[in-house]
Amino acid sequence: MTSRGYRPRRYSLTAGAARGAERRFQLAGLARHQINKVFPWHFSFLWGELALYSFVVLLGSGILLTLFYVPSMDEVIYQGSYAPTYGLEASRAWVSVMQISVDVHGGLFLRQLHHWAALIFLAAIMLHMARIFFTGAYRAPREINWFIGVAMLVVAIFEGYLGYSMLDDLLSGTGVRIFSGILLSIPVIGTWLHWMVFESAYPGEIYIERFFIAHVLLLPGILLALIAVHLAVVWYQKHTHFKGPRARESNVVGNRTLPVFAMHSITMLLITTGVLGLLAGVAQINPIFHWGPYNPTQVSNGSQPDWYALWLIGSLKLFPPTDISVGGEYTIPGGFFSGVMIPLVLILLLFAWPLIDRLRDPDRELHNVLDRPRDAPQRTAIGAMALALFGVLTLAGTDDVSATVLSIPLEPLRWVERGAVFVLPPLVYLVTRRLCERLQRSDREALSGGIATGILERPVDGAYRSVQQPFVGVDADGGEHDPEYDGARVPKTPTPQRLRGES
Amino acid sequence: MSEDGSTPSERDLDRMDVRELGRLGAHLDDVEVVDDSPRHEPGGPGERRAIRRVAAWFVLSVLGAIGFVVVYVLWPWQYTSTGPQETLRSWFTPMLGITFAISVLALAMGLLEWSKTVAPPDVAIQQRHDGPSPPVAQRTFAARTVEILEQTGLRRSKLLRRTVLAAGTAFAGILAVTALGSLIRNPWRSEGPAPLVTTEWHSPDGERTYLRMDTGDPHSVTLVRPEDMVPGGLLTVFPFRESMRGDPEKLSKILRSADSSVILLRFAPGTPVVEQIGQEDFNLGGLYAYSKICTHMGCPVSLFEQTTLRILCPCHQTEFQANEYARAVFGPGARPLPQLPLAVDERGYLYAPHDFIEPVGPGFWSREPRG
Repeated sequence: MTSRGYRPRRYSLTAGAARGAERRFQLAGLARHQINKVFPWHFSFLWGELALYSFVVLLGSGILLTLFYVPSMDEVIYQGSYAPTYGLEASRAWVSVMQISVDVHGGLFLRQLHHWAALIFLAAIMLHMARIFFTGAYRAPREINWFIGVAMLVVAIFEGYLGYSMLDDLLSGTGVRIFSGILLSIPVIGTWLHWMVFESAYPGEIYIERFFIAHVLLLPGILLALIAVHLAVVWYQKHTHFKGPRARESNVVGNRTLPVFAMHSITMLLITTGVLGLLAGVAQINPIFHWGPYNPTQVSNGSQPDWYALWLIGSLKLFPPTDISVGGEYTIPGGFFSGVMIPLVLILLLFAWPLIDRLRDPDRELHNVLDRPRDAPQRTAIGAMALALFGVLTLAGTDDVSATVLSIPLEPLRWVERGAVFVLPPLVYLVTRRLCERLQRSDREALSGGIATGILERPVDGAYRSVQQPFVGVDADGGEHDPEYDGARVPKTPTPQRLRGES
Repeated sequence: MSEDGSTPSERDLDRMDVRELGRLGAHLDDVEVVDDSPRHEPGGPGERRAIRRVAAWFVLSVLGAIGFVVVYVLWPWQYTSTGPQETLRSWFTPMLGITFAISVLALAMGLLEWSKTVAPPDVAIQQRHDGPSPPVAQRTFAARTVEILEQTGLRRSKLLRRTVLAAGTAFAGILAVTALGSLIRNPWRSEGPAPLVTTEWHSPDGERTYLRMDTGDPHSVTLVRPEDMVPGGLLTVFPFRESMRGDPEKLSKILRSADSSVILLRFAPGTPVVEQIGQEDFNLGGLYAYSKICTHMGCPVSLFEQTTLRILCPCHQTEFQANEYARAVFGPGARPLPQLPLAVDERGYLYAPHDFIEPVGPGFWSREPRG
């Protein structure tokens, strides 16, 4: 350490700029506090970043796509350079997407980048949400960010749906038709809502223009605002962390914003962008030049929405045929229950989870240390149960394809799925609960009895004995005591010294 | 520097070097730095090696970027359907993706390597400050809030409270009306019959509506005769009236109509058939015509299984029994496909004497005909 003190250099460009900013905004204290802020690290904390950076890619690629996309349902003749569809009548929207895919330099890359980013965005949101759920990070004081997060999930699903509905190819038109059917099914106001969106019976002449504005302005604006609040709350409340040697409720252990956290975060941005770019290049997605333009009298077999909408289709498919007559004069179609009520109830349950959790768990403390999923068996089992339901609905959404691919008859498969909706989630609940309890026991046993080293000893009495490496707790003042479980991960592999037979 | 949070004097600061000032800053921010020891001796051979590895990634990233630009500019990308160019062209987008990924991922790897081998581990512990604000903040804030309610008179006057609430609600109301009002349309008010309960098969002036098939040419008209249909055959047909002949746009558009496409079936002789009550005369011998629009969600039902005589919707797999008034026998759809009445004119062409007698497509609240 030098004895010479440090002062900012008097004359340099950066020093000048810094001094200028300081004089006007009193930045030094504020900025220092932010660059010294500590962020914990765990691989599961990256899902949120993955979602954020997919969104960045979506914004960038989306802005470029708007320069070429034409939101119009006017009928024109396709005269682009793609020969198989030359001369077909189609909407200008479809023709413009064809132009992007075939006649714009690098346009297909951009389109596929945008679509892949959307798929990964939704997947990342759900993984992030699962992490928050299973570790109990939604508990006080962070309920607000759970609510914002579920709101963003819903907006993102609509955003993705609107995005692929705008292309007006055979697949997307089918999706809009189903949306129209769901709208119509709403009792009393369904037809009025339909006319609010479509201005007429399906399909009308305006929905693509409206979907476009919602997709490029309204919903991204809402998402941006919610993301800003979401991040601000994380920043202000400080990130949660797992229990560790130094990590406790009153502190946060990790890396400071600069340089290490920022380096890791930018790395994550680059990996997201790079992998999405690779997918956009080599993995074809939504080849609308194969589907052809939309025609309401046609549909291709095996029509599938993007993966995040499959659970909604699953709900539509599995619901039994019902048309409820009200007073012999009015009808509530089954689509209202399967297409509106079930999704609405599931989303509301998800949204209200931190409140529902309070009925189950009397704990009202503030929590900064995350639970390991095994230490909250009931919560983990409830989450696994929800995932099982989501999984069954998603598989049901795609069952026509799986029935074809696996050459199994669809009808019995559908009945199995209907049964699975009721049987599988409770079963998963019980199994997960048992599994958590067993894992807890294994941790306790390791702490009290030590870890199996795999070495067998044969003492003089002749019996074989498995060698266990014991745990020893160390007090703050260096004394030893019996180890106790405190919520941190218990290592289950022996350390090398013991393996070599030292002790 | 003192522990009670008071800042060190200017003189103390003068004596501190960069590292000490950094630690002081961290301390002021409630951060205790546990480990920021350098990974290697600064400037030593270990660090030089690490930096060379990082630099190699960055060089690879630049090479990837050059490759990307070269592919972008020089690779043939214009669409051709045949020839050796075709294979090359089809590699344009994959090559863009690969070079893009090499460049960006190499940059990512370089940055990661940099953070792991050159930058310090920088393990730090920051104290959280959970829980409520200090009592003085709470008390003064609460007091000031109450004082504001006092000063504005809100606390004293019920009249003021109620009217300001009413006016605020009214403001929200006019905003809502402004926003939503323009979007509201009455589905039941339109010139002509309500679109929800009529299709193009409805003839506004009594003109005959014929069955027309799609030949692939949207402007040619080919009508259907009963003998065009072989037993077990299925055909998608569309409405046609002679008055449409002079209107090429209409001729083309009706082939893509969302509610008027119809599937025409002829059952083999001897096929057992169950008729819908009240629609026993809609068929013409073995010829039956049903709306192609699924009664579940409106997809066109486009699969017909000859052996079971079932019509299948490809969207959600509702199955309709074609020889039993197309009633729904499997899947989520509940209602039968509406049946179109058939007749044959003096020249032997099929026509529909009138529209469907019920709305086609997905159900809605007021779909029952109101008497």
